[in-house]
Amino acid sequence: MATEAEDAAHAAAGHGAEAVGMPQLDFSTFPNQIFWLAVSLVLIYLILTRIALPRISGVLAERAGSITNDLLAAEELKQKAKEAEAAYERALAEARAEAQRIVGETRAEMARDLAAATARAEAEIAARAAESERRIAAIRASAMESVAEVARDTALALVEALGGRAEEAAVHAAVEARLRE
Amino acid sequence: MEGDIVQMGAYLGAGLACMGMGGAAVGVGNVVGNYLSGALRNPSAAAGQTATLFIGIAFAEALGIFSFLVALLLMFAV
Amino acid sequence: MDQFIVKPLFGGDAIHWYTPTNVTLWMALTVAAVALMFVAGTRGRAIVPSRSQSVAELAYGFVHKMVEDVAGKDALRYFPHIFTLFLFIVFANFLGLVPMSFTTTSHIAVTALLALAVFLSVTILGFVRHGVQFLELFWVKAAPLPIRPILAVIEVISYFARPISHSIRLAGNMMAGHAVIKVFAGFAALAAISPFSVLAVTAMYGLEVLVSFIQAYVFTILTCVYLKDALHPHH
Repeated sequence: MATEAEDAAHAAAGHGAEAVGMPQLDFSTFPNQIFWLAVSLVLIYLILTRIALPRISGVLAERAGSITNDLLAAEELKQKAKEAEAAYERALAEARAEAQRIVGETRAEMARDLAAATARAEAEIAARAAESERRIAAIRASAMESVAEVARDTALALVEALGGRAEEAAVHAAVEARLRE
Repeated sequence: MEGDIVQMGAYLGAGLACMGMGGAAVGVGNVVGNYLSGALRNPSAAAGQTATLFIGIAFAEALGIFSFLVALLLMFAV
Repeated sequence: MDQFIVKPLFGGDAIHWYTPTNVTLWMALTVAAVALMFVAGTRGRAIVPSRSQSVAELAYGFVHKMVEDVAGKDALRYFPHIFTLFLFIVFANFLGLVPMSFTTTSHIAVTALLALAVFLSVTILGFVRHGVQFLELFWVKAAPLPIRPILAVIEVISYFARPISHSIRLAGNMMAGHAVIKVFAGFAALAAISPFSVLAVTAMYGLEVLVSFIQAYVFTILTCVYLKDALHPHH
């Protein structure tokens, strides 16, 4: 019964006269498969060797080359950047020194100006003080003069009021003597 | 009747042949397990041995495939 | 198993060697996919790659590194051949995962041809490069003299088993994955377990995506290993 079912299955699946269960062991199809396999292998081989492999290896070589070039260029740029940085540092140092110098100069100039202004101011102050002293002295002298005048006049008037004859010269001498005490 | 006995023998043989697959499973497991324990001990050397690993798996597995083939032959070709 | 049956595309029963069959269709799609990825994708030749171009470059770099690491620098001459193998297998595997499609690499005829091509070219290359000295591959100098003949027999057997395991591994993996998916899909007819069945089909599909790539990788890397044996037969 099983064989019958088996046979029926074979008949259903069957092709040709073979009653072989496994299609893999159906030798009548072998030449066909081998022929088409050979054809497709040759096709793939031709596609690969004629078109694909040169293209891919070309691209890979080109990429490796451009990567190397880029690395070299990057190295060069790095060198340049280093140089630029050094130049910048140098310029910065110079500018700093310049600034230092300008600051020093300015400071010196300012000190000079200051000294000059101080000297001028001191001279002026001294002149003013001398002037003031001179005027004070004058004022004092004139004040003493007027005091002597007043004393003489007062003494003359007193003497006349008391009924005496005033000797002007004697009164002057007396007042001078008293004032000198 | 006689055909039935032959058929029975073929099917029994096919089933018995499938036991060979267990052997292949043990073999593949052994290969991968040993690879893994070696790789965990020395991970830096593991990458270089993957090719060997796959070759080992392929050899171990081929025998399981042979037993499968014997089963198929018994079922369909005898 | 009927997803593996080779059928003529335009009716008829007879399959001659030139008949356009579903094998033809899916292999043509594989070639078209390769062409799309590597010709249309890299058309820009941009220094900064577009998305498709970087996928193509990734595949190139992946296989290039594999050949160089496993087989050595002088194997890079054969890089286009190995890359052809890798691309054919990986695209055939992935196209085979499209529902209703036909997986060309699940057929032993296809993988046997691939493996035999690798085996024969590697053997011929070994003899051309090293002459009779290539046979030293089987004469293990590292072993003590008495057991060298035994080792030589084992080495010869394993050498000739290479194309068998090489081809059956790929075909078996592809076939097994599809058969398992179909078995789980068959359970979906039973309402009670259909949710489990759909989940299992999804999980298997994910596994198959992984397996498709890994089998292409394994096929390629084994090719590289065999190539290394041919180029440097001295252990």
